[in-house]
Amino acid sequence: MITFANVTKRYPTGFEALRDVSLDIQAGEFVFVTGHSGAGKTTLVKLMAAIERPTSGGIIVNGQNLSALRASALPFLRRNFGLVFQDQKLLFDRPVLANVLLPLEIAGTPPREAKKRALAALDKVGLLDREKALPIALSGGEQQRLAIARAVVNRPAILLADEPTANLDAASAGQILSIFNSFNQVGVTVILATHDLQWVDKLRPRVLWLAKGKLHEGLPAQSPVELAPLNALAVPGASDTLIEEATR
Amino acid sequence: MSLAHHQQALATALERLRDAPFNALLSLLVIGIALALPAAGWVALDNVRLAASGLAEAPEVSLFLDPGAGRDEVKAIEQKLRDAGAPYRFVAKDAALERLKAREGLADLVANLPKNPLPDAFVADMAGRDAAAVEAFVKSAGEWPRVAHVQFDSAWMRRLDAFLRLGRLAVVLLAGVFGVGLVAATFNTIRLQMLARAQEIEVARLIGATPGFVSRPYAYYGALQGILGGLLAAALVALAFFFLSGPVGELTRLYGSSFRLRGPSLAEVGALCAAGALLGWLGARLSVALYLRQQPQ
Ligand SMILES: Nc1ncnc2c1ncn2[C@@H]1O[C@H](COP(=O)(O)OP(=O)(O)OP(=O)(O)O)[C@@H](O)[C@H]1O
Ligand SMILES: [Mg+2]
Repeated sequence: MITFANVTKRYPTGFEALRDVSLDIQAGEFVFVTGHSGAGKTTLVKLMAAIERPTSGGIIVNGQNLSALRASALPFLRRNFGLVFQDQKLLFDRPVLANVLLPLEIAGTPPREAKKRALAALDKVGLLDREKALPIALSGGEQQRLAIARAVVNRPAILLADEPTANLDAASAGQILSIFNSFNQVGVTVILATHDLQWVDKLRPRVLWLAKGKLHEGLPAQSPVELAPLNALAVPGASDTLIEEATR
Repeated sequence: MSLAHHQQALATALERLRDAPFNALLSLLVIGIALALPAAGWVALDNVRLAASGLAEAPEVSLFLDPGAGRDEVKAIEQKLRDAGAPYRFVAKDAALERLKAREGLADLVANLPKNPLPDAFVADMAGRDAAAVEAFVKSAGEWPRVAHVQFDSAWMRRLDAFLRLGRLAVVLLAGVFGVGLVAATFNTIRLQMLARAQEIEVARLIGATPGFVSRPYAYYGALQGILGGLLAAALVALAFFFLSGPVGELTRLYGSSFRLRGPSLAEVGALCAAGALLGWLGARLSVALYLRQQPQ
């Protein structure tokens, strides 16, 4: 579904965020992209959705070669994805429901049908009773769930979420990950960029590990010191089991 | 692009007009005045044309016939005149001679002529036709059989026509200048709106909005503003002409004319709204195109 072949991304500043990355993600996979802050997770996600362009190498999404993609085809490529941005990008000038309606308006869904689907998406993330609230009046976890509702409302084939559990407590994070899990169960390809490794045990995703722009399959079998900062936010004890697992 | 897209865009544009009525009103005034000036010029010129054709002596074309023209040939010419749709009268050569005799000082001279030197003539009334139409009539009548000479004093009409043509050119230039102003005003309005909605536009594009989706509400807004501006302009012109119609009526009555000042016609109001819509739409489209080009995808 998504293929990278020797992709390198150098930002205009000259910084090389990704180096010679190759990967292949099949339809229906559940993938964690992990790594330190600044390792290039967001960059990887942006390349997948053609928000950034690779400096070299090829990317194929859904059979489409992104480097050969015409500008006029870009919006339609993006509609393959449900995107949850690291900074969420909610629209704070309009209520919850209107935020979720946006992708449907873009797709040209008739208003009646759109409203039905938006409410269903809000129901799925447990925000049905907040449809009229302004996003500013939502808690961090609720805002995150709103971002997810907006991402899934158009029933995308691929869910691409950048740090969807950042700054949430374990309970909220668990809630959100179980939402992603439930989408994966019905066949949606789910790709999460995250620091939060405490769920690896439970969800058993495929783990891609980024370090200094290099991509590795699975967690590194290295010293716990390497992993420690990743789990700064995690529940105490979780990292131990994780590292045990990873180093086994 | 679906019907839902257009409904949505129009609804959004209407909402934006409603939500910022003060801003909208200011833009509307600018657009209304920009459209009102050339529109007033246009209608005023047409009034001049109407007034002039009422005030002036009816322009007449005289067709002098060949002296040897027979009865049937004269009948044929009369038929052609009838076909041309111009009111006409026949002046027989004897009647013409009588009129000449009645003139002071000419009676003796005429009495001494061995025979009547005057031809029969038709006089066609050209009132309500412009110079070009009259010119065309004169030309074709000159080629009719047994018409010896066609006479028309067109200097006055030509002068009026030249004046009107110049006036129309001035109105067109004025309309061009104000039209550019209208486009620029809409461009600016839309730019400010887009800057205020930069985040919404960015998010929409990130999740798959086409440039068309982004631009549609703005294009509708520009067009709506143009239509409203056109209506406002028509109202301004109508109001001005309403206040002028009293004094102008008095003036023309002094000249014995029944001329009455006319305000903008329904067709003219329609044209004004259409022009406003088109120019507003254009300004909005240019603004959106520039904005989207400046933003990364
Ligand atoms: N637009 C940019 N211009 C220049 N450098 C950038 C740009 N975006 C990211 N970088 C750099 O590229 C590197 C990778 O950034 P990226 O955002 O992909 O990291 P990340 O793994 O998502 O980090 P985090 O966990 O903090 O979100 C960082 O060192 C960052 O400074
Ligand atoms: Mg990031």
